[in-house]
Amino acid sequence: MSKLQDLMGWIDHRLPVTVTFEKHMSKYYAPKNFNFWYFFGVFSMLMLANQILTGVWLTMSYTPTAEGAFASVEYIMRDVEMGWLIRYLHSTGATFFFVVVYMHMFRGLMYGSYQKPRELIWIFGMAIYLMLMAEAFMGYVLPWGQMSYWGAQVILSIFGALPVIGPDLVEWVRGDFLLSGITLNRFFALHVIALPLVIVALVILHILALHEVGSNNPDGIDIKKYKDENGAPLDGVPFHPYYTVHDLVGIVVFLFVFCFVLFFFPEGNGYMLEHANFEEANGLKTPEHIAPVWYFGAFYTILRAITFDIGPISSQLGGVIAMGGAIAILFALPWLDRSPVKSWRYKGLISRINLVVFAIFFVLLTWLGTKPASGLYQILGQVGTLIYFAWFITLPYISANEKTKPVPERVTG
Amino acid sequence: MKKLIAIVFAVMPVFAFAAGGGVHLDDMKVDLEDKASLQRGAQVFANYCMGCHSTKFARYNRVARDLGIPEELMEENLIFAETRIGNLMEIAMRPEDSKKWFGATPPDLTLVARVRGADWVYTYLRSFYEDASRPYGVNNAVFKDVGMPHVLEGLQGRQVMGTAPVVVGFDPLTGRELYEEKEGVLYLTEKGKLDQKAFDGTVADLTNFLVYMGEPIALQRQNIGYWVLLFLVILFIPVYYLNREYWRDIH
Repeated sequence: MSKLQDLMGWIDHRLPVTVTFEKHMSKYYAPKNFNFWYFFGVFSMLMLANQILTGVWLTMSYTPTAEGAFASVEYIMRDVEMGWLIRYLHSTGATFFFVVVYMHMFRGLMYGSYQKPRELIWIFGMAIYLMLMAEAFMGYVLPWGQMSYWGAQVILSIFGALPVIGPDLVEWVRGDFLLSGITLNRFFALHVIALPLVIVALVILHILALHEVGSNNPDGIDIKKYKDENGAPLDGVPFHPYYTVHDLVGIVVFLFVFCFVLFFFPEGNGYMLEHANFEEANGLKTPEHIAPVWYFGAFYTILRAITFDIGPISSQLGGVIAMGGAIAILFALPWLDRSPVKSWRYKGLISRINLVVFAIFFVLLTWLGTKPASGLYQILGQVGTLIYFAWFITLPYISANEKTKPVPERVTG
Repeated sequence: MKKLIAIVFAVMPVFAFAAGGGVHLDDMKVDLEDKASLQRGAQVFANYCMGCHSTKFARYNRVARDLGIPEELMEENLIFAETRIGNLMEIAMRPEDSKKWFGATPPDLTLVARVRGADWVYTYLRSFYEDASRPYGVNNAVFKDVGMPHVLEGLQGRQVMGTAPVVVGFDPLTGRELYEEKEGVLYLTEKGKLDQKAFDGTVADLTNFLVYMGEPIALQRQNIGYWVLLFLVILFIPVYYLNREYWRDIH
């Protein structure tokens, strides 16, 4: 035995390094027919790592006070060595994080990755998404620009519409009678410590749950049915090295797109860094048009789509219920889809069309979130909201009753 | 009237604003590589703007370094405040005072080009016109009822808003310009120190400088970007073949 093997043996007797590596990497069998859509999980991990690393360096120079926050961001952009790069990595990273997470979720919808026995993976994933929204929201407040301030003002006031507890709840969250340095302080604490810890813990649970039941694939079939004499799935390959080298190719391509935006369009035409946010927060000067960052767009549109009172429910409360419902209903997806097949490849035509329509309208709702809610935009937002919910509500019926295609025994590549 | 029109012709082209709705902004071609333009812009800024407007997130020596201005020259010609070259570009005017004088404290301009955009700054600075109802006798076609006096009037001349002929097209046969009377047109009634073209150039320099101020690393960012992308393209080659080698036997 070589010295290195001796050392590994010594460690393995005390800490299950080799066993863990084998369980999750070199002897974790993943279906060999992963396609383009299976890159987005690893891209999400990459973006999480990027956000944590650049975040640590940003904290070194950032001042979490109402008086100093805005200036400290400009200090990072101008006086800190490579500070602009760290800041743009973080701000561009936030947008790309949401892009890849949305793609990752859509992959789950296409191939039924949330269906039995993967319900918990979906639940953990949704919890990550929810925490990510809170994380992004609080992070956007930190530069203390006009949109940081007024965007937070609008989003927090949403909770004020809740009956009985609303106003007190908002005051409790803000820690003040209006959005102030106290709010900024606590959002900073939550953004850099509490929420990242929760997100990392949830990501670990997400992956543990995945590796317990094994990965789904574009055919939505169980690869564990056919194994070779050693007990390895015939349609599977060890994650390492096959998917590590495979993902590496994807990562390089992804980084090319990411860096192209970062180095040449860091403001994302006002969608990633809003123009108004280059002006310091001013509680006395309300901007003409307050728009949340793009990744909240869909839910913001749904919030604003309810413009009418429903019985005793005011339009404002109705909007909050609709928005909350739009997020909550995603959690129930594993139990709403009653199809005998997982992948949309083998579902009926209506299911397939519905999913495409759903995706198109989600993108439309997202875009509408950055526009003022009036005229045609308002009507489109209401139609989109209707279609969003209709997809979930009709899913149990359509999935249980439509004629599906026969699913192959082995993966089709 | 004839004389007026003659003046209008002399200072063509004047620009028209759509009555109501969004204001048309003139196109400003930003060129951050044009050091001479940035230096001229810095000078205009120090002479005409810095009395009231700070750029408190930027430092004098950084500007000097980025624009290729020797530090001594910077200190002699561009720093009027009692300060040091390594300091932030703050001003002595107290916000309480300026609020009293102008109705609002003149905003810090470090990031104005990132908030408003270059076209807005370029058009705004050329769109002051006489309006006796305003405290400083001028209004602005881009920023209605702005509290700022027309600081560049000495350079631009006296501008008014009214009905005047503007170029609406070209005669297809003779190639001559076609004019049409329009309302809400800005034109000069008295020439300034600079003719229209030179004044536009000066404002363009100033705007260019403010764009630089908004993001001083913009050029460096792009230059680094090309290398990063090139690196990724090269990295793609071994990564691609590594993957292909491993997957060769998987069918």
